[in-house]
Amino acid sequence: MSATITEQYTWFAACSTADVPSNGGVCIKYKDQQIALFHFTRRNEWYATQNMCPHRMQMALSRGLIGTAGGEPKVACPFHKKTFSLVDGRCMSGDDCGAIETYPVRVENGKVFIGVPDRETELF
Amino acid sequence: MNIIVVGNGMVGFKFCEKLLQKNLAPSVKITVFGEEIRPAYDRVHLSSFFEGKTAEDLSMAPRSWYEDNGITLHLSDPIQAIDRVEKTVTSHRGITLPYNYLVLATGSAAFVPPIPGMDKQGVFIYRTVEDLELMQHWAPRARKGAVIGGGLLGLEAAKALLDLGLSTTHVIEFAPRLMPRQIDEAGSQMLQSKLEALGLQVHLSKNTAAITGGDAISGLSFADGSAIDADMLVVSAGIKPRDELAKQCGLEVGPRGGIVVNNNMQTSDPSIFAIGECALHGSMIYGLVAPGYEMAEVVATQLVGGAKEFTGFDMSTKLKLVGTDVASFGDPFIGPKEARTIIFEDTVKGIYKRINVSNDGKLLLGGILVGDASAYNMLLQTAKNGLALPPNPEDLILGNRSGAAQEGAGVSALPDDALICSCESISKAQICNAVSEGGCENLDAIKKCTKAGTGCGGCIPMVKDLMLHTMKQGGKYVRNVLCEHFQYSRQELFDLIKLKNLVTYNETLDHLGAGDGCEVCKPAVASILASLWNDLILDKGNDTAQDSNDRFLANIQKGGTYSVVPRIPGGEITPEKLITIGQVAQKYALYTKITGGQRIDLFGAHLGDLPAIWEELIAAGFESGHAYGKSLRTVKSCVGSTWCRFGLHDSVSFAIQIEERYRGLRAPHKLKSAVSGCIRECAEAQSKDFGIIATDKGWNLYVCGNGGSKPQHAKLLATDLSSETCIKYIDRFLMFYIKTADPLTRTATWLNKLDGGIDYLRNVVVNDSLGMAEQFEAEMQGLVDNYTCEWKAVVESPQLRKRFTHFINAPEEKDPTVQFETMRGQRKAADWNS
Ligand code: SRM
Ligand SMILES: Cc1cc2nc3c(=O)[nH]c(=O)nc-3n(C[C@H](O)[C@H](O)[C@H](O)COP(=O)(O)OP(=O)(O)OC[C@H]3O[C@@H](n4cnc5c(N)ncnc54)[C@H](O)[C@@H]3O)c2cc1C
Ligand code: SF4
Ligand code: FES
Repeated sequence: MSATITEQYTWFAACSTADVPSNGGVCIKYKDQQIALFHFTRRNEWYATQNMCPHRMQMALSRGLIGTAGGEPKVACPFHKKTFSLVDGRCMSGDDCGAIETYPVRVENGKVFIGVPDRETELF
Repeated sequence: MNIIVVGNGMVGFKFCEKLLQKNLAPSVKITVFGEEIRPAYDRVHLSSFFEGKTAEDLSMAPRSWYEDNGITLHLSDPIQAIDRVEKTVTSHRGITLPYNYLVLATGSAAFVPPIPGMDKQGVFIYRTVEDLELMQHWAPRARKGAVIGGGLLGLEAAKALLDLGLSTTHVIEFAPRLMPRQIDEAGSQMLQSKLEALGLQVHLSKNTAAITGGDAISGLSFADGSAIDADMLVVSAGIKPRDELAKQCGLEVGPRGGIVVNNNMQTSDPSIFAIGECALHGSMIYGLVAPGYEMAEVVATQLVGGAKEFTGFDMSTKLKLVGTDVASFGDPFIGPKEARTIIFEDTVKGIYKRINVSNDGKLLLGGILVGDASAYNMLLQTAKNGLALPPNPEDLILGNRSGAAQEGAGVSALPDDALICSCESISKAQICNAVSEGGCENLDAIKKCTKAGTGCGGCIPMVKDLMLHTMKQGGKYVRNVLCEHFQYSRQELFDLIKLKNLVTYNETLDHLGAGDGCEVCKPAVASILASLWNDLILDKGNDTAQDSNDRFLANIQKGGTYSVVPRIPGGEITPEKLITIGQVAQKYALYTKITGGQRIDLFGAHLGDLPAIWEELIAAGFESGHAYGKSLRTVKSCVGSTWCRFGLHDSVSFAIQIEERYRGLRAPHKLKSAVSGCIRECAEAQSKDFGIIATDKGWNLYVCGNGGSKPQHAKLLATDLSSETCIKYIDRFLMFYIKTADPLTRTATWLNKLDGGIDYLRNVVVNDSLGMAEQFEAEMQGLVDNYTCEWKAVVESPQLRKRFTHFINAPEEKDPTVQFETMRGQRKAADWNS
């Protein structure tokens, strides 16, 4: 898991809740990073992860289908359908193609905030 | 020690395989002589050659197998003489080799009755791959076929003629009934009416007097003075053991042929064995593969010093491929003195079942099944293993009528040593073990691990039952369901969604599923919804249930850009439209390529540019080509009668009409079509999901073909159709496919799994056997009327356009990570970063 208790976050306003399709994702630009933001409307949950799929380094996860496996939320990359946990970012498709970063999300007054850790992370 | 095998057919091969499995002394040298040009292949499934299997697919083992196992294989080199004094054989090419033991596995040849005219062109036998190749070559010019022989092989040959597209096929049988050796009078009658429904014309008690015609056959005349027209004939009147070599060297042969053997499969010369269809054992030629394999085992065991005898073999058979079930087992004909006979007959459904039970009611002695042989394996096992019969033996053929069917109870009652696969001698215990210990949880795995089901394939249903039964016992869940969120198959789901009138993915999940969905069920349900209602796929929150390509109405490419494929119906395009495509491609710097589907693909479009690109294309009269959807792709055309000197009809106009009718239609998988203006077939219609070829009287309609990784030729569904009827049939065909296929199953794969195959499909589509034709047509018309171009809807809606941005919080910016390289003056995607 990328977020540990001691870690500090910078929260930034990503977009308004209406910008995100229900049960789907969008891509957010934050400085020169790309973050995939998902509204899992059925579960009334929000998730954010890196947008890049580690399998072939494609900026694509925000366009993937979301769902669950055994109750655990996941996203499937549109390229080769590898799936990643939205909770801890691990690859759930048997063969290991690396984990993805996940970020905490907060919603206040119709605005969506994403927390990025206060460390210089190279996301791609 | 030298062992020489003469004949590399099914039994000769099996003998080598079995010998290698024993502990052979390293000094043993095996040499095989085969007369055919290729190594042994699966003759039992020869007919599947006409269903697209190649000679390689049928091969029992590649040439390298023999090398790898130290066997010397001489092909196309038959043995011509045996010198029993010197103990040598001499081949056609002049090789002379000494042997210690000689194994004759020369099989049999088709028996050709001495009827005048047998040498005419268009007369065939049905035994080798070459025979079938010759038939395939001849068939396109033939319309009326005939088969002499109404037995097991004759009926298989007749079915092959139907598959080859002959419009009429006659079956001529000398005896007063079909399959006289396997089934009784009443069963034959039922079989006959079934076959007539498939389009075969059956003539019984007919003695063929002559084959008429000039160089080529034109008909048959019979001893009773009648005659029929035929321009193709297959002779399948029985088999004749290949005993000429045995005769030549003075071995004892039977009065009607066959090399005489004892229980050790030894001929009259103790160092020469004969196995398979050339061997005459107890005055019997066994024309089936399983007894041949048993004979191979008997000889192999003896050659390594063991003892084993052949004491006869069960001749139970199940006919494959005819489009109707026929089976007989045990003693099918046993009379009223020795047994009680129970008969079930349903003339409407065409089912006839007979079982013969011992007088004390304890044992099953034999029986016959026509029209429904689903109980065959179970009954055969009951008879073979002497299992106790239920108090009401009629339950065996009527099913248990007292309520809850006990699934799997049948196979669980079998003893562990029950022989399930007789070709490979595999017992129930071995199969169950492969499942529980070996972890084999599908048929392919079981075949690999045990070889069960790799011979004639007749035991496969039972192997599958045993597998499911064992898995269930092990607490494993087995059902053809979509995924963990829906406990239904696609077909069940389709019916339920329609019944409950559900229109969104979420509603469907609420009513019929559990949990929150996934990347498997979402696109499958979204596709069903689109097939049923043809609403705009991005409406009603269904957009995020679409596969990513459908969600963005374009195919995602390496690097994350998209392709743009406008529809170019029938491949016809005006110069003006070509210019527009060129201008748009230039403006957005798109790589441009002519596709394999007769249209133009523009690659490398940024997500954010897609609406603007389409706006320009739509203004010029283009519409979406649905290259991204599981939906109709292209209807290819050849130029046809407008220009081509051979063209019979205007194939371009018809292709355009077809493409415009089915554009946008969502299906379990993509659909492709083509229209050719004559049989030269320049549009490759026979490789499409539905393909149309002009004839002098109308159109021939072919269905269920595809290219791709497992190419399969389409099958002829109906001939000489008017344009209206052709479209009607396509409507019915497509709706039936859409309703019943599993997700991501092309029409060819769907047909391969459909019980009854093309004949059943033809019955549904042409003869309206389900009574659904009108409904299918009405439903299709509804979808056709409801069509709108998805891209037009997006271009005209500011809200929908907003969804086509890379960054939601910086809509005007493109993805900065996209990289291109230049090649031959165009841009291409940079390679995957690894
Ligand atoms: C562009 C094209 C190749 C080309 O440059 O010529 C092409 C490109 C793709 N084909 Fe194809 N196929 C193209 C003609 C074909 C043909 C030839 C034909 O249609 O005459 C075939 C074999 C015929 C057939 O399908 O029966 C063909 C068999 C496949 C298959 C295998 C289908 C199968 O049942 O085995 C796939 C994979 C799939 O659909 O699951 C596929 C999938 C694909 C995809 C969509 C792969 C993907 O998911 O990204 C490719 C991307 C296209 C794009 O981004 O626009 N493509 N593909 C052709 C587009 C034709 C068109 O105008 O729409
Ligand atoms: C269309 C068809 C469908 C069938 N369906 C079934 C079925 O459903 N179930 C079933 O159990 N059985 C079926 N059979 C029968 C089955 O194929 C045979 O029982 C089996 O092939 C017999 O094997 P064999 O090795 O004895 O003969 P073959 O397979 O005929 O092999 C004999 C080989 O020896 C070669 N040969 C002959 N003389 C010489 C020589 N002097 N030197 C070298 N080589 C020689 C021949 O060319 C041939 O290749 C079917 C047969 C056909 C044709
Ligand atoms: S053949 Fe393979 S690589 Fe070529 S276009 Fe089709 S899917 Fe892509
Ligand atoms: S790039 Fe994401 S699965 Fe291959």
